Amino acid sequence: MKIIAVCGMGIGTSVLLKMNAEKVLAQLGIDATVEATDMKTARASSDAQVILTTPDLAQLMDGLKPEIITIDHFFDLEEITKKLSASLL
Amino acid sequence: MSFAKLAEAFADDSIRVLAAALDREHAVELAGDLLVSSGRVTPEYTQQMVEVFETHGPYFVIAPGIAIAHAKPSNAVISTGLSLVTLAEPVVFGNAANDPVRLVVGMCALDHDSHLEMLAELAAILGDSDAVNIMLNAGDTEQIRSLF
Repeated sequence: MKIIAVCGMGIGTSVLLKMNAEKVLAQLGIDATVEATDMKTARASSDAQVILTTPDLAQLMDGLKPEIITIDHFFDLEEITKKLSASLL
Repeated sequence: MSFAKLAEAFADDSIRVLAAALDREHAVELAGDLLVSSGRVTPEYTQQMVEVFETHGPYFVIAPGIAIAHAKPSNAVISTGLSLVTLAEPVVFGNAANDPVRLVVGMCALDHDSHLEMLAELAAILGDSDAVNIMLNAGDTEQIRSLF
């Protein structure tokens, strides 16, 4: 499974989200790769199943094919675990 | 736990505590000014950080009270690094989940991947609520540096 973590530029906040998502996916035993990317690349990314991003940016990506999961608190592994497992397990 | 990459990333004059921010743009500028004063970027970069804010909105407030402000790698970046400013009074950025902001981290990177170890340590320290509380309550910069 391919997941993309999306922020404005793909080098800062999305990388922080990718790192914590990878931790959670490993704990959940879900086989997935996570790529950090910017919004422009996300819009053109047809092979991803899931987009992880902030509520603000999710509104700007409305209508894209991958399922969008929004994370409020990027450092809260419990929130990430809860939302990823609700969607992927 | 020690954070060798953070100790490197926060150059001299890159941290400021209890600064007065007039509004959210000013709070971002304060973090940018610290990247300038610590020799990481030219003043143009601070302007680029504010432009990112104007373009993409306050999405970069990614945890309660914490904003990570940065722009793209560009000619305005001299070397990869971080800055940090705590605000004397919390500032509303317009982020429903995580307002108001009390801590702004500035970031600059030369490219897309040379800063990943630095970010891994940043994620670890900002994920530690005790460490974040020490930062928010620090009366001087040494109290923050002692965390690295």
